[in-house]
Amino acid sequence: MEAAMDLMRRISPNQGETALSALLAILPSHSSELLSQVDQPLQVLMDAKCEKEFILCEYNRDADSYRSPWSNEYYPPLEDGSLPSAEMRKLECEANDVFAIYRDQYYEGGISSVYMWEDDGQGFAACFLIKKDGSKSGDGRRGYLHEGTWDAIHVIEVGAEEDGKAHYCLTSTVMLSLTTEGKPSGTFNLAGSIRRQMNCDLAVADGHICNMGKMIEEMEGKLRNSLDQVINKFNDYNVHSNLILIRFSDSKFICSEGCLTPTDLLFLIERVLIHWQVYFGKTREMVCTLRPPPEGIQMKLPE
Amino acid sequence: MADWGEESENPELTEKQKKEIAKWFLTNAPAGEIQYVAKDVRALIADDRLYNMAAAEAFPLFNKAHLVVLEMPDRSGDVIISSFGEIDKDNFFDPRTAQIVTVDHMKQVCTKVRPANDEELPSAYVEEFRFALDAELCKYVVDTYPKGTCAVYCTRGKDVDGPGVNFDFAVVISASRTSPQNFCNGSWRSIWTLEFKDDLQVVEVKGKMQVVAHYFEEGNVQLDAKNECRDSTLLQSPEDCAVSISNTIRHHEAEYMASLEESYLHLPDTTFKDLRRKLPVTRTLFPWQNTLQFSLTRDISRELGIGK
Repeated sequence: MEAAMDLMRRISPNQGETALSALLAILPSHSSELLSQVDQPLQVLMDAKCEKEFILCEYNRDADSYRSPWSNEYYPPLEDGSLPSAEMRKLECEANDVFAIYRDQYYEGGISSVYMWEDDGQGFAACFLIKKDGSKSGDGRRGYLHEGTWDAIHVIEVGAEEDGKAHYCLTSTVMLSLTTEGKPSGTFNLAGSIRRQMNCDLAVADGHICNMGKMIEEMEGKLRNSLDQVINKFNDYNVHSNLILIRFSDSKFICSEGCLTPTDLLFLIERVLIHWQVYFGKTREMVCTLRPPPEGIQMKLPE
Repeated sequence: MADWGEESENPELTEKQKKEIAKWFLTNAPAGEIQYVAKDVRALIADDRLYNMAAAEAFPLFNKAHLVVLEMPDRSGDVIISSFGEIDKDNFFDPRTAQIVTVDHMKQVCTKVRPANDEELPSAYVEEFRFALDAELCKYVVDTYPKGTCAVYCTRGKDVDGPGVNFDFAVVISASRTSPQNFCNGSWRSIWTLEFKDDLQVVEVKGKMQVVAHYFEEGNVQLDAKNECRDSTLLQSPEDCAVSISNTIRHHEAEYMASLEESYLHLPDTTFKDLRRKLPVTRTLFPWQNTLQFSLTRDISRELGIGK
């Protein structure tokens, strides 16, 4: 199993499906483990009742049907498919609404779905999904991409409240593939998947809007700064991407005041998405190591 | 895409299927990572005989496709493993030192060298062109690629012994960098085919360039960029040909590198935007603190029929 996972980290993400089917054939006894650990491109179904598409994943599946977050019904129809509790469903609806706005602002299109379910313990878990087709024929408004997909999966486990705090464990995976084609530059394909985990304890206050506002305001300041840093570094030849990575992994998400709302969870996701751009810088750095750009531009891999 | 057969209906794979799967993983290993992949595949297959059969077929394919560079045992330099220099499965010609190198594909080392015999070498007339071009290209490659190696092969007409007949060369440039401790590997490969057309007094130049990079710290991100181009230059004396051909190659490779840089520069601002913007359409961060208000406004505008 370890060898199988190492192979999946090496084989090009563009060949991920072939590689997975090969591994499943060799290790039939580990198939459920493989399917849960190897991320595959997200699939979409139409919610006929709400006339809206939703994303499929393990967390909204029951038997061979999938629950739509919009109508709370299973497609294809399933009798006694499991449903979240009324309280959970309310939170889920709220999260879906907010996440849809968030998705529209950042992705200018695409599809999003949020699913929530009670944990075995006292806590609950949520899964936030985004799928965007940025190709010319899809949702790519500018037409730069011959092919381009972005699939994001964020799973957050929220522990039970203890001393006014809850433990949040976020595992995010972003799968991406983009191809540009043009006469002068040939084909340029970048593909990848990244999985990151982030843990933090947030205080569960009793919903004072003032507290919440302050906390988010502070976080937004930090977020904005790190975003600027990444973009600037990315555009700079002398970038030493390791520095950015260290800075990112060192920057812990520490909050003293907080409130248990879907918006808090979404905020964590936002931070993880930033990591992506660093990875593109890495492949570019390698290209520059192979063939350094002329005229005094330094680009070195640490020895 | 390879076909593994109907594995769901037939859970027991045949030996042949297992071997094909092992071979697929090995030949599709990223640049510089076949030994790591081999370790995994060996563990997965759990059958050394099958693994060795697959590896014996896959390693030569990988080594040739990736233009692997191996050190020759007698310190006479490096040899590129390419189909242009292939004498047979384990023996490769190094045109610069005029030697035949025996390689161990699976260990990726040279085991012995011997001088090439006369039938294996091009004629003095062709060699004059080849030698001059090799010397010019070496200068270019040393200047441009920190870990680059190049070779010039005569691929057709090596027995031509004077003007009046056509012959072909292949130029191979291979540069790779492995840095597993930094979770990054990559390679630059370019193959240029040159047709010396005596009747037209021109040299047709065709190039294929490929750059790959793999970054795998807490993820798996791969770049695969390819380009092709063509050009031509006048057929002149060996020395003049060498200069004009290597200038042509230098020009096209520099141009390609610049366009790659351009692709990268465009990523965050334009290309990437079609997937995910760096800031929302409002150009300010998402107003998490106002989301309730936000959805309320949206509901109101929807009810009043404002906007979409």
